[in-house]
Amino acid sequence: MRTAGVEGPTLVLILAVAVLVTTGVTLLLERSLTRILLGVILIGNGVNLLILVGGRAGGAPVVGTGPIEQMSDPLPQAMVLTAIVITFGFTAFLLAVAYRSWYLTGNDEVQDDVEDRQVVQLAARNELPAADLGGEGPDSDPEQVDPPPPRHPPGGGPR
Amino acid sequence: MLALLILHLLAALVAPLLVRWWGPRACWPLALAPAAAFGWALLRTPQVRDGATVVETYHWIGQLGLDLTFRLTTLSWLMTLLVGGVGALVLIYCSRYFEPGSIGLARFAGVLVAFAGAMLVLVLADDLLLLYVGWELTTVFSYLLIGHSTERRTSRWAAAQALIVTTLGGLAMLVGVLMLGAHAGSYRWSEISAAPLPGGASLVVAVLLILAGALSKSAIIPFSSWLPAAMAAPTPVSAYLHAAAMVKAGVYLIGLVAPVLATVGPWRPVVFAAGVATMVLGGWAALRQTDLKLLLAYGTVSQLGLLVVATGAGSPDAALAAAAMLLAHAAFKAALFLVVGVVDHTTGTREVDRLSGLGRRAPVLCTVAVLAAASMAGVPPLIGFVAKEAIFAAFTDRPVVLAGLVLGTVLTVAYSIRFLWGAFATKPGVASTEPAASNLPMLVPPALLAGFGLVAGALAGGLDDLLRPYAELFGSPGEHLALWHGLTPALGLSALALVGGGLLFAWRGPLAPALARLRAPIDGQQGYERLVRRFDWLAIEVTGATQRGSLPLYLGTILLVLVAVPGTAMVTAHPWRSWVAIWDTPLQLVVVAVVAVAAVLAVGARRRLTAMLLTGVTGYGSAMLFVLYGAPDLALTQFLVETATIAVFVLVLRRLPDRFSDRPLRRDRWIRRGIGVAAGVVVAGLALTAAAARQAPADSLAFPDLAVSEGHGRNVVNVTLVDIRAWDTMGELSVLVVAATGVASLVFQRSRTGPRPRRPERVRPPEGPRPPQRPVWLRGGATLRHQQRSIVFEVVTRLLFHTLVLFSFFLLLSGHNAPGGGFAGGLVVSLALAVRYLAGGRYELAEAMPVSAGAVLGAGLAVAVGTGVVALVAGGAVLESTTISATLPVVGQVYLVTSVFFDVGVYLVVVGLSLDILRSLGAEVDRHIEAAGGSGRGPLVGRSGSGP
Repeated sequence: MRTAGVEGPTLVLILAVAVLVTTGVTLLLERSLTRILLGVILIGNGVNLLILVGGRAGGAPVVGTGPIEQMSDPLPQAMVLTAIVITFGFTAFLLAVAYRSWYLTGNDEVQDDVEDRQVVQLAARNELPAADLGGEGPDSDPEQVDPPPPRHPPGGGPR
Repeated sequence: MLALLILHLLAALVAPLLVRWWGPRACWPLALAPAAAFGWALLRTPQVRDGATVVETYHWIGQLGLDLTFRLTTLSWLMTLLVGGVGALVLIYCSRYFEPGSIGLARFAGVLVAFAGAMLVLVLADDLLLLYVGWELTTVFSYLLIGHSTERRTSRWAAAQALIVTTLGGLAMLVGVLMLGAHAGSYRWSEISAAPLPGGASLVVAVLLILAGALSKSAIIPFSSWLPAAMAAPTPVSAYLHAAAMVKAGVYLIGLVAPVLATVGPWRPVVFAAGVATMVLGGWAALRQTDLKLLLAYGTVSQLGLLVVATGAGSPDAALAAAAMLLAHAAFKAALFLVVGVVDHTTGTREVDRLSGLGRRAPVLCTVAVLAAASMAGVPPLIGFVAKEAIFAAFTDRPVVLAGLVLGTVLTVAYSIRFLWGAFATKPGVASTEPAASNLPMLVPPALLAGFGLVAGALAGGLDDLLRPYAELFGSPGEHLALWHGLTPALGLSALALVGGGLLFAWRGPLAPALARLRAPIDGQQGYERLVRRFDWLAIEVTGATQRGSLPLYLGTILLVLVAVPGTAMVTAHPWRSWVAIWDTPLQLVVVAVVAVAAVLAVGARRRLTAMLLTGVTGYGSAMLFVLYGAPDLALTQFLVETATIAVFVLVLRRLPDRFSDRPLRRDRWIRRGIGVAAGVVVAGLALTAAAARQAPADSLAFPDLAVSEGHGRNVVNVTLVDIRAWDTMGELSVLVVAATGVASLVFQRSRTGPRPRRPERVRPPEGPRPPQRPVWLRGGATLRHQQRSIVFEVVTRLLFHTLVLFSFFLLLSGHNAPGGGFAGGLVVSLALAVRYLAGGRYELAEAMPVSAGAVLGAGLAVAVGTGVVALVAGGAVLESTTISATLPVVGQVYLVTSVFFDVGVYLVVVGLSLDILRSLGAEVDRHIEAAGGSGRGPLVGRSGSGP
């Protein structure tokens, strides 16, 4: 363990960041939720190091164990500590999603969003959704029991 | 004035309750609120006549310079009378208009009173931003009132149309108001109008935007289509909102700002063109209607055109006439709407073709209607005549506008006669209508309003005194409001309009073909619908073009933007020039090599378990790097989290297939790797750039001293978490609670708050009854099947569990001064619980922790928040920590830092999170497996057509 405070980044840590982010992103772009999750964890580890690299290394930041000038930077450590625990919660959540996906469909692959696909098809056919409010005027109201709507008064009307 | 607003608010809030108790009769007490506004304004009449203003100011949002400033001027006095008077009458009318037990009446009554309050805010506000607040409130309430019959699509459609059109105008107006405020240096109208206003392009734009808001609210062309559509509302709403109050808001705004802004370039052309066109086209359309309510609606559109022309003219005579017209129109149009309501109520129809002979059978109603319609047509000696003649007189110097107004008035006379004829005349060939008996509360309000037209007409001179201060804002008016001015050109025009209108109605038979043919190519409603369709189409196209529904595509796009934009910025910063040390210690190189190899292998792994374990290696490697960096807290937490993660992973991976499915798309794989490498290089470059970019000394240099002096602790990282940056930690705790709840809600199909899975009282082990005197290591172990049990594991667990829990307490309490703390302590308990679950099954978990996870999470959050609140109550800042020292009998001197309690909250939240995870992904998944007889898959899988 180093005791002397060193300003500036160290090459090996930056190398570790590069490798972790590269492999993490590669896994993130997969379709299996397990792989996506592993990608998230790898990126998380990389980014934790990235935050740490911004400070300086040194002795443990506990007052009384060494000279204050030679302590490692405590602020990025506090940030990373919360990040680690959040990643844990996030991991559990994604695992639950993966389990749910498997429970419902038999695998944990992320499928394309069905609604988005429908919108894409509508756009390709140049159509409007039938159920949308904008697609229908008041005339097509099956429950219309009241006086005729103002849209087509008998004889029409300019305004 | 604030008291009046509070009264309306309270009345609106209790309205649903009163309606539930008393039914429609509850409208009587509710009418007291607007009646109070009316009475209050009436009491201020002497001051208003003297031209004085009543001002009330309450401090509100200091940072924005926004105060609750109310100001009663002549114009707002007039509007308050209208809003309060017509509001009270309409509410009385409502008490019989609605049947007892009508659906939605509770909401309706509350919203109507709230609307009256919002109108008061609008007309009394001196600050333009406050005026805007009232403006938008009326829009929202009118949406609710028009959409009263929620089950009818017409009603919903009309409500949405009114909302969209008026909100669009309102937003334009807000921009205009902001520009005007910035231009004039104040949002208080009293201040803006007091100082000379410099001209300029921004003022012109502001004026146009404010006009857009006013015109849309008052249903002036090209925004007029919403008002006829809004006739889907109950008739009292039409009488109040669409005759007296809301549509007048636009006219009021024009009248308010006209003294200053009428001279700005485009004001008069816009106001005159839009107003005259609206008056003529609206009147023309009213002549063609067969529904009495629609006839009045188009008539209202037409009259609003007239009002906009008169108020916007910006001359003293026109202003005086406009104020009188504003009053006259509110009275006669509200009366006529209420009359239509009675006709509808007693005969069941509003169609001109089906009503006949009603005049003879309902003479009182007919008299009221004639009085009101005569005022609308401008027949002497009614107030409508006085006002209209004053308008003619004020426009004698603008012949083109005057010609348009006279033409519009001819049409007004014609449709007034048509209304009376349609409602009350005996028509040949139409069966005589038999009205049901009407009642007083529905007859008195329109009678009062119509009678007012007669009284005000007779007292025109007194009205002139009252309204004159408003006109004097523009200069000295030359005309007076009076019934008789002598033989003036205006009188001739009034007579011409009456005769012309009468002839137009008399010749309606021969003119019918022309009437049918002469119409605009597109009416406003069709235009609006086309616009809406166009927007829908655009939304579909844009969504279809950008949202492809593929997660990798979205993520890839985001990452490519990361590479392209911050990457480019980074290259320009020349990160490679900065000085870099190779390592802090050579040991780092070894660890990084292991991490790198494990990460690369994880990408290629085909089995889930392998990939997970390799990822775990990178986590443990990170922990080692933390150790070497000098971050013991991080290292401790990372080790614990990594272990817990592996445990949770195993719980889920036991259900998932062993291997990843093969995806032999070679090209895809290389694209992914390409993006990965690019992102990795950019992030590494950013790390280099950011580390070298420091220009000021780090904030955290002061942390060690702060930790000791303020936080009373020596572990700087822990003190940072629970004291210096405690708010961040608080946010993080909430995230953890949300994540835990999310996990539970994804796995539990039933409520998780029900009875917890406790060990069955009498367990019959598969091998037959066990001798009770045999020592039991884990009580839940007996519930496991024989093959799943491991006595050694149970023994070790039994020995380990309490030690671990004790250790977690140590970490929690010592964390303030040495590595440890709530996070680490909580994670140790998580591991202890996981071990207990793995050894003894789900019943053992319940034995170990016989409380619900939600309770633990909630308790943790409550303790953390409570610490902050207590500090606040004790006079410190939120989450400020202090020390407590006390002498206890046996223990001796105890020294306690309050932030320990915050750390206890952190500890509890982490324990709750892991408990939720174990309950969900452990115990509940076990239950799924048992319920499904081993496979554990969901009910959908295996059915034909779903799942592989």
